[in-house]
Amino acid sequence: MCEYTAKDYKKGQPRWCPGCGDHFFLASLHKAMAEIGVAPHNVAVISGIGCSSRLPHYMATYGMNTIHGRAAAIATGCKVANPDLSVWQISGDGDGLAIGGNHFIHANRRNINLNMILLNNRIYGLTKGQYSPTSERGFVSKSSPYGTVEEPFRPAELCFGARGHFFARAVATDAPATVDVLKAAHAHKGASVCEILQNCVIFNDGTHESVYSAEGRKKNAIYLEHGKPMIFGENNEFGLMQDGFNIKVVKLGENGISEKDLLVHDAHCEDTTLQLKLALMEGPDFPIALGVIRDVEAPTYDDAVVEQIEDVKSKKKYHNFQELLMTNDTWEVK
Amino acid sequence: MAKVEDLDQVVVRFSGDSGDGMQLAGNIFSTISATVGNDICTFPDYPADIRAPQGSLTGVSGFQVHIGAEKVFTPGDKCDVLVAMNPAALKTQYKFCKPTASIIVDTDSFKESDLKKANFETNDPFAEMGIKNDVIAAPITQMVKDCLADSGMDAKAVLKCRNMFALGLVCWLFNRDLSIAANMLREKFAKKPAIAESNIKVIQAGYDYGHNTHSSVSHTYTVETKGTKEKGVFMDINGNKATSYGLIAAAEKAGLKLYLGSYPITPATDVLHELAKHKSLGVVTVQCEDEIAGCASALGASFAGALACTSTSGPGICLKSEAMNLAVIMELPLVVLNVQRGGPATGLPTKSEQTDLLQALFGRNGESPMPVIAATSPTDCFDAAYMACKIALEHMTPVVLMTDAFIANGSAAWKLPDLAEYPAINPPYVTPEMRGSWTPYQRNEVGSRYWAVPGTEGFTHILGGLEKDNKTGAISTDPDNHDLMTRLRQEKIDKIEVPDLEVLGDEDDAELLIVGFGGTYGHLRATMDRMRKNGKKVAFAHFKYINPLPKNTAIVLKKYKKVVVAEQNLGQFAGWLRMKVDNFAPYQYNEVKGQPFAVADLEKAFMEIYNK
Repeated sequence: MCEYTAKDYKKGQPRWCPGCGDHFFLASLHKAMAEIGVAPHNVAVISGIGCSSRLPHYMATYGMNTIHGRAAAIATGCKVANPDLSVWQISGDGDGLAIGGNHFIHANRRNINLNMILLNNRIYGLTKGQYSPTSERGFVSKSSPYGTVEEPFRPAELCFGARGHFFARAVATDAPATVDVLKAAHAHKGASVCEILQNCVIFNDGTHESVYSAEGRKKNAIYLEHGKPMIFGENNEFGLMQDGFNIKVVKLGENGISEKDLLVHDAHCEDTTLQLKLALMEGPDFPIALGVIRDVEAPTYDDAVVEQIEDVKSKKKYHNFQELLMTNDTWEVK
Repeated sequence: MAKVEDLDQVVVRFSGDSGDGMQLAGNIFSTISATVGNDICTFPDYPADIRAPQGSLTGVSGFQVHIGAEKVFTPGDKCDVLVAMNPAALKTQYKFCKPTASIIVDTDSFKESDLKKANFETNDPFAEMGIKNDVIAAPITQMVKDCLADSGMDAKAVLKCRNMFALGLVCWLFNRDLSIAANMLREKFAKKPAIAESNIKVIQAGYDYGHNTHSSVSHTYTVETKGTKEKGVFMDINGNKATSYGLIAAAEKAGLKLYLGSYPITPATDVLHELAKHKSLGVVTVQCEDEIAGCASALGASFAGALACTSTSGPGICLKSEAMNLAVIMELPLVVLNVQRGGPATGLPTKSEQTDLLQALFGRNGESPMPVIAATSPTDCFDAAYMACKIALEHMTPVVLMTDAFIANGSAAWKLPDLAEYPAINPPYVTPEMRGSWTPYQRNEVGSRYWAVPGTEGFTHILGGLEKDNKTGAISTDPDNHDLMTRLRQEKIDKIEVPDLEVLGDEDDAELLIVGFGGTYGHLRATMDRMRKNGKKVAFAHFKYINPLPKNTAIVLKKYKKVVVAEQNLGQFAGWLRMKVDNFAPYQYNEVKGQPFAVADLEKAFMEIYNK
């Protein structure tokens, strides 16, 4: 079925630092594209500014490496003008959530059929090491030598708050899971946010340490799958259960708890309450949730624009400029 | 029977509370006049408040119409007839009256409480203001109530018809044919025939009242059409609508989808309103989250192959400038509309200035050349918008289209255009033969790069804000390449062909050349006409193409002994001309009041220069 290979989407030699999470992600994106199978000339990859925003230069598709923060807005116009294109927005945490925060929430609210990739390394790399809107309170950086005095955004919370319908998370080094969420994002009609946890080896090394290796993920992460019970742990010995208004970690077999007592993931649930709780889980008490956390069908903006135009076309009697002129009050001078 | 006097031109100003329907009355009167062959030029003067308290001074809304037996170029400095529906209107609008003007008032709304709202201290507002003009004092409210007593309409709806009584009186004063008004109202209220008939009845009542009482005027007037009128089908159009139509026409001619990314801002919002209506033409309008997204999304749409526009006013341009600059370096077509208002910052949102010229030319980082076109009149907005699109698409560049609040809201009679007569629009698309050898910055004979629209096989490429290698299109920081690319982007704009500058008036032997740009055309033209009528040797050259300037600019400007550059800013255009024309040292006339020029003021100032 698949006519393309990862090579067909590859271009140039990436210039990121050795070991940067962007390298891992790029390889997964090439692979996902091939598996999705959209022709490279029908793909537009649009980024803002930042280390990760260099990514379109390494794609053999149509692309734009634009200005800081505006990728979502530019991608919006691109998708609305040509809904047949598969449009991918690439942003870092600074590009997407600081300078571009407004466009991020509105693209989600409008539910434009974009695949919005948020490469989150919790640092400004290109400007050499300032804290970002996802850096933890107290984070020490060049621009916060005594630690930040502000709270970070949590991307899922922002996405859900903006009434987003798709949120997935993967770790950059975890290629198969990254490919899976990218494919799911493409399959989802509407704005799809994929948070990619990635390391900055130079300015924020180890920021996602607990889940960056396969062993770490076994211990500290849970892969969520729609319709599957929530089980995790090195030996699949733990699970998640609802506990009043909260979620709790339980050990299977303890206190008579079995698989059927566990929460079963519902990514399609319209209500975000439990999905948000899952998305916000943090160590050491909870595993970090990976995979597709929310995936709810809703009308997309770009479809609605086309439908409205077709609807009005069928109802109005003027369809070209000359006919438009004649809808006005006119008079004739003979 | 009152005498009938024939006039060459007349100015009528309708004024009243925001809710009094003065715009509609004015509109109908101007259309009736245009229908019988007069030329018209109108200017609505809206209050800045959304809905000020009824009867208050800040809530007065005006609509001025200038009617001429021959061509009229402005809405007129001052009026011959003022309709003042309440004391606040009289107080704020009397300053627009000529000494000989007749004033029509509704005596029923000049009661003590009404006078108080308008801060009058006595019961005789006319004496208080020293008004000695003819006053037609009619109990309009009462007569409208009597007229519609059997209509079954509620009191509020009845009061809404007062504007039509005033209109009827004005129609009597100018011997206008009421059947045209009746037809217009029947069309406007096609779904509410009872309302239409009530309005028609009230217009007739107003007309009859004038006829029967002869009011207190010694004359009624006619404005007979003179000269050879241009034949054809016409409509009344304001600048914002004409701009919208120009964009639609260009998209149709180019065979492209029209995309508007916009954010509401006075006085540009009506372009968004207008385009949002025309989905049956396939127009896509996106009301964005901010001005930045308006421009950025348009640029995305341009990349995707649409005719992309973003509309705003000066403050919005500040926010769009980064994305405009991106369009410069990516060399993508984009039309950026600036309907100028008073600045700086929020400034005078509903008023008109020409103070954003240098912002359009230079308001970006780096060497960032961009064509700038300034529409010269409400109807010229159509042509200017069309040409802005043509230049943007054929030269792969963002274009700034400047209008202003005055021409955007003002209207004039417009001969319906025949699109077949407009020049073709041919964007430089890549062709199948180029496949394999094409690079993103390969240029054609006019220096434009080619347009490879996503979805086209064999032309995948990346554009962006970083400088690119001229040959390969890859990111480049090479010093010589950057110097080359900077020059190529500049040359591309410099090479754009624009029409030569036209000189009107005493082309060969003028003592003084009047120079202007954009929306002041009408006032400057009327001033030249008046000076020449008075035997002065003057000429007039008006700029629509600001960047690049017409090729004959220096020749024209150097030809005359004296040149005055008149503009609604502190000398931005004069400065631009000085930068482009060696040893050019014009006189300047500058006014930044937020109001249109007045021909009388211009004449006085120009005569001083003339006599120097």
